[in-house]
Parts: sequence; structure tokens; C-alpha cells
Amino acid sequence: MAVPVKPDSDRQCLQYHSKTVMGGCDSGNVEPLLHQIRHALQHLLSSGETTTIDLRGLPMAAGERERLLSFLGRGEVSVRLEALGRSDIVETGFSGVWLITHYDGDGEIMGRFIEITRIPGILETGTADLEDALASLQNKLEQH
Amino acid sequence: MKNDKPLGQLLKEQGVSRRGFLKYCATLASLMALPPSMVPAIAEALENARRPSVIWLSFQECTGCTESLTRSHAPTLEGLLFDHISLDYHHTLQAASGQAAEAAREAAMAENKDKYLLVVDGSIPLDNPGYSTIAGISNLDMLEEVAEHAAAIIAVGTCAAYGGLPHASPNPTGAVSVTDIIKDKPIVNVPGCPPIPVVISGVLAHFLTFGRLPDLDHLGRPLAFYGNNIHDRCYRRPFYDRGLFAHSFDDEGAKKGWCLYNLGCKGPVTYNACATIKWNEGTSFPIEAGHGCLGCSEPDFWDLGGFYNALPESPVDISRLAAYGIVGGAAAGVASGLLNRQKKAQATATHETVNLSDLKREEKS
Repeated sequence: MAVPVKPDSDRQCLQYHSKTVMGGCDSGNVEPLLHQIRHALQHLLSSGETTTIDLRGLPMAAGERERLLSFLGRGEVSVRLEALGRSDIVETGFSGVWLITHYDGDGEIMGRFIEITRIPGILETGTADLEDALASLQNKLEQH
Repeated sequence: MKNDKPLGQLLKEQGVSRRGFLKYCATLASLMALPPSMVPAIAEALENARRPSVIWLSFQECTGCTESLTRSHAPTLEGLLFDHISLDYHHTLQAASGQAAEAAREAAMAENKDKYLLVVDGSIPLDNPGYSTIAGISNLDMLEEVAEHAAAIIAVGTCAAYGGLPHASPNPTGAVSVTDIIKDKPIVNVPGCPPIPVVISGVLAHFLTFGRLPDLDHLGRPLAFYGNNIHDRCYRRPFYDRGLFAHSFDDEGAKKGWCLYNLGCKGPVTYNACATIKWNEGTSFPIEAGHGCLGCSEPDFWDLGGFYNALPESPVDISRLAAYGIVGGAAAGVASGLLNRQKKAQATATHETVNLSDLKREEKS
């Protein structure tokens, strides 16, 4: 196997990584997916609509998922949600592109999504929760 | 048993937060191969759904299907859903026994007439009703009685779906499937020996969300989970395409993770979700563990020519292979399959026994 050379561009980065995959057996899904994210960002800017991509449904060869996540990188925001196990909600290096990973109680991945949005829906507090919080706070203040 | 509270309220009372519920719906949609955009609709439907009464009948079975569904060690989709249906009868799991258990079943049937879900695992013996009875009632009689006012039937496991192991040659009990007996109810087959747990819960969730069973293939299986065959989704497929095969369980090909076609893998003729959803909460599946697919979600898989004999017909067009001069592993796989068929025919004629070692010796000579 040739000694890897540092790539000069993102496209070269993708091509370089594909040469290091065992046997070169790629699914070829990474680059189209990145373009799909690009289109979704454009759609968000023009219409305000959120797009969600389910990574579980996309077949990827060994190493491709890691290449995708490495390309997207990490941004400023990282949220840990504890509900039916852990969930990690991370804004990638591209603002508005969020990586959401759901784990079960044993730490096994249940689902992985890319959401192109201003703020993922799961982070917003629902109206019913707000009403319950108000009632609970009023009750505690009265007892205080 | 009244089930007036909607599922969302019941989950909330159990301590499941709104975010936990959304997470649950998102992963459920993913498993059911539904687009993520449907998650809000699924959440709303499930939130307002009433807990269905479920009657589970176990006939000629090994309890593997129940074990598959209940062996969860952490809150999982199937555990959550299982906890929030009203399982009104399951003679392996329920505390009651004898007449009390049968009384519970009859009460649930009366209270939820035409609305309860009937889940069946195990095949039904027709040769002699005494082969398998519950509380002195034959499996056939109980199935017909309970199915009459069921809203829908889910046949869990290959035994209930297609007859399974009891149905294998020579079928000593006259075992048949649910669809061989019940002809006038919507039935979904969830085959596998056992089925992947989340497939069972996915079908239940689909019923709760949409009020109907999911879209089915020609064998009555949900397309979301059985629409692709193992071969087409297998991570070892690139090796098959390049003609790289393991020829024994401990050779270099096996160690390098090459295709298991020559070791009897039935992936090319098996439709299931094992290669994508996998087992033990996504840990692995038989091929990834180094063993070929047994074809356990297909009818008559026990009689498919042996678990360690290569398939008799190659899915690859032999003439095309010859035209392109590919004389590598794929052609060797085809040759192995043809040799197996020839040897089997010869063995049947002369009553000889043939094993994998014999076939390997023949290939080398």
C-alpha cells in the first residue's frame, strides 16, 4: 500500500481516503451525500425548511462513515441529551448542519441523522412541557 | 381490561419525556424505512393511539421468538413498545396459569371484540390434535376460535409463517402455517428463526400508527424489513463480485473475511434485514461472525439442501461469466454448486453419504 500523501483539496481528501480503504470497495455514497447536504442548506436559506437525512438507510463501506464525519467536522455547539439513553446533538463545522446520534441504555447506536436546520426539533421545548414546568414552579414557590 | 388512556399519556406516566418519545419515533421511522419527514406524523399518531389488546398464542414452537423479543437489557424500542401494549394472554410470560389464564384470554377477547391483535408463534399440527394442546384445546381449535374476532394476525417466526422446523421433511405432525388455516383475516408474516426483535415491534408500531398492517411482499412479509435480500446488502458482497471466496472456516479467505458462498451461505435467496439492522441491538449478524446465512426467513429453509452445501443454482449468469473470461472465484462458486448437485444426485442413487470434505477432495482432483 502506498504511503499516503496529504491532499490539497477536499475532493482530493475524499479520493485519498478511498485508496486506503481495504480493497478499494467503496459504496460511492459519500460525495453525493455531501452534495445533498449542500442543496439542503441552500433550501434552508431560501425557504426556512428543515431537511433530515437518515444515515442508517445509506449503505456505506468500511471507513466511509468515518470519512464523512471527518469531512463535516465539529462546530461550536455540542449537546448531550439524556432520554431513553444518551443522544448527542452536535453542530458540525458547517453551521446549520447538525449530526444527531441516538444511543440506547447500553451505548449501542439506535439511529444517526444529519439535520439541516437552524435548531434541531428535538432541542426545542414543547408547549406541554412549558405548561407543566409553569405549574410545577408555581406549586414549589407556594410551598416555599 | 380497559385501555382508555392514549399511549402518549401512558408513556408520560412511565417517565418517558417528550424528547425521549421523539427519539423513539425517529429511530422507529428509521427502522421501518420511512422518511424522516414522517416523524412528526408518527409521533402524533402514536401519542393518541390507544393501547391495543394483544393475545399471543404459542403452538409448536421452541419459545425462541418470545426469547428474541424479551431479551433486552436496556430500554429499547421493542422493550418500550412491548411494555405499552396490553399483553392480555401469553402462556409463557403471564403469571396466571390453568383456568385463570384461559379466563383472562376469554375476557380480553370479549372486551376487545374485533379490535385485538392476535400474535401467533409456532406451527399448527393437523395430523393429530393431541400433538400440541393448550388447556386441553387443540392448536387448530384455539387458533380458529381466537382468530374469528381478531382485527389482524401477526405470524411471528418461520414456524407460524411457513411451518418452520416441524414442517421440515418428513413433517411428522402434519405441521402447517397460520395462512394455511386462516383465510379471511389480514395476516402479516414476520419470519425468521427467530425474527429480529425490532421487526416484531416495528410491525406493531406500524399498526398503532397507521391502523393497518404494513405493505407486504408476495410471501406476506413487511417490505420495510424483507424487501432486500441478504446478498444485496451484505458487506462481503464486493468479495463475491471479485471472485474471492473462503473454502473452509479456517483458511486464509475466511480469516480475510471473504465471501462465504462456497461454505453454504444462503444469502442470495434469503430476504431479511439481518445485514442492515443486525442482531443484539446492531452488534453483528451470522455472516459478520463468519458463518453463512441459513436462510431462516424463507419457507422450507430446513430442506434447502444442507446448511454447508453451496446453492445449486448460481445467481450469476454462467454464459456471461464465460464470455468475459472471468475464471476466478465466481465461476469456481458456480462450479462448486453444480458439483454439489451432481454429487447429491449420485449419493441419493447409491445411498452414499457425502460431506464437505468429500466435496473439497473432488474439487482439488
